[in-house]
Amino acid sequence: MVSVVYEAPETVQDAVTLLVNADLKATVMAGGTDLIIQMRDLVTESRLVVDLKKIPGMMQATITEKGLQLGPSMCCAEITSRDDIKALYPGLVESAYLIGSTQIQGRASVGGNLCNSSPAADTIPALFVTGAQCLIIGPDGERTVAVEDFVTGVGQNCLGKGELLRLITIAKPAANTSDAYLRFIPRTEMDIAVAGAGVSVTLDDEGVCTAARVAIGAVAPTALLVPEAAEALIGTKLDESALQAAGQASSAASSPITDRRGTVEYRRHVVGVLTKRAAAIAAQRVRGDKA
Amino acid sequence: MTKTHVTTSINGEPVEFLCEPGDTLLNVLRNELQMTGTKEGCGSGDCGACSVTVDGRLVCSCLVLGVEAQGAEIGTVEGIESKDKLHTIQQKFLEHAALQCGICTPGLIVSTKALLEENPNPTEEEARYYLAGNLCRCTGYDKIIRAVMDSAEVMRGEA
Repeated sequence: MVSVVYEAPETVQDAVTLLVNADLKATVMAGGTDLIIQMRDLVTESRLVVDLKKIPGMMQATITEKGLQLGPSMCCAEITSRDDIKALYPGLVESAYLIGSTQIQGRASVGGNLCNSSPAADTIPALFVTGAQCLIIGPDGERTVAVEDFVTGVGQNCLGKGELLRLITIAKPAANTSDAYLRFIPRTEMDIAVAGAGVSVTLDDEGVCTAARVAIGAVAPTALLVPEAAEALIGTKLDESALQAAGQASSAASSPITDRRGTVEYRRHVVGVLTKRAAAIAAQRVRGDKA
Repeated sequence: MTKTHVTTSINGEPVEFLCEPGDTLLNVLRNELQMTGTKEGCGSGDCGACSVTVDGRLVCSCLVLGVEAQGAEIGTVEGIESKDKLHTIQQKFLEHAALQCGICTPGLIVSTKALLEENPNPTEEEARYYLAGNLCRCTGYDKIIRAVMDSAEVMRGEA
């Protein structure tokens, strides 16, 4: 472990000031499940660690008429225990449930997953399909970025010096809307996605899909929204041929690499299958809600 | 490097310690406080041998900084037994021979207690998923799961 200076500010302003004025390379910490390992194994220079968990609101989630306001540092175990969040965004909750073990979920957070910006992060495609917005605060004030514009590369995101992710806002879904997230790993638990797919669909009273969002993960340098896959679903009753077309669109949009978790060909195929299945699950959730 | 003074509570007792800001809670427990019941397996959050609770939440102590214990309530395997009497879970692990080398056992006992507090009546599948982050390389898990399910039954007052 490198030499660390630890600060746990109690206001956003103090956190920003610490980050801006840091002599050392400054790193923001939420649950630390990625960061502590990086500091042990990869980091060679001294670090200022700014722990955001003492800032009011960072560990809380509230649901109002407008939707969900998610404190970015709230741990995944807390999210998965919240029936009110699951009722509105089941796909997001299932992505949080897929991260690591019970112990990891006791620390890891959606905001941390987003800011760590791994291509294989499970919550990122799930956030994409909810249309989440990221409130960023920094030395120049506030700005809001759509979640699909947040991550810019492998381990890279749009946060500038002194900026931090303050809040994730997700609008209340339209009526008859639901979502789902699926990922593939070679075992049943405790692994990192070979491929992942999130789908959100809105159905009208006849069961015709009127709106959809499809996002894929672990098959490109960043998670991707796949508008072609969404278009393949919209206007259909999500029959087999529509699901097949959406899957093909996801496969076509992917640009995976071969590594020890899977080959290019395999990942491209599997992300299509996951898209198809996630769309079917999301649709079933809407139909089930109406029944 | 200046050490940081931390005031915390471990197994209900007030505790103070000094640590480097980069020290993990696992290191503090074992090396500063000589509480060696908590084991180090992988040191990277994969094996669960170092499981403890922080403010009631099950975590890997290798992925928590010691300084984060400030003002928190820590629970370790040393706090499981009461008045020199083994906890039901500990007793059941012995009865079912749910251990061989024993390195995973403290973590499994802490995790099982957390499981049964959250869900006193888990199915075997729920228990296996909840404990998936506690690796055991000796037993093949069946004896552990038998001990967990038996503990649950006893703690519900049904056996």
